[in-house]
Amino acid sequence: MLEIVSQITLVTLGVALLLAFIRLVKGPTLPDRIVAMDLFGMLVVGLIVVLAGWSRVRATLDAAIVIALIGFLGTVAYATYVERGDPQ
Amino acid sequence: MTDIVTAIVWLVGSAFALLAAVGVLRMPDVFTRMQASTKASTLGLGCLLIGAALQMGDFASFVRVASIGAFVLLTTPVAGHVIARASYYSEVPLWNGTVLDERKGKK
Repeated sequence: MLEIVSQITLVTLGVALLLAFIRLVKGPTLPDRIVAMDLFGMLVVGLIVVLAGWSRVRATLDAAIVIALIGFLGTVAYATYVERGDPQ
Repeated sequence: MTDIVTAIVWLVGSAFALLAAVGVLRMPDVFTRMQASTKASTLGLGCLLIGAALQMGDFASFVRVASIGAFVLLTTPVAGHVIARASYYSEVPLWNGTVLDERKGKK
């Protein structure tokens, strides 16, 4: 049963990634794209966590930690860039 | 029993993640999109983490799952605030239906 459920979960997260990607491409302003990227990182962490629970490989969780960290740093860096503007 | 709880929690979590993505796609301006993304994705990821912790079932992975959860709970509001501040001050247009903008004209 868990096999099917984890496949459903992975497909749902994939669809969510696709929707976030549409916003990333359309996104009229730069902050829209940053929000989409932030959500992207979150969804990828969720995907990896589900894969870790399914395959029971513990090292996968370390990858999830790293991606959560880098996603946060990237979001803050992008936001700083938007607020300050281009350095002349 | 563990499998059933995991299944329920994973389905709920992925549904919340999907809701977050739908909110980001359908909401009218940056601020509403951001609130959809941060709230729903935090809850969704929390549910997925609980399921993974139940499946792994040993102490080392529980510590890792708990640290991911604590990190996400701490950083998501900060990231949301930073994005909102940056987009407000870079004069991203608000939605037409916005009722209150307390900082209008103050900068």
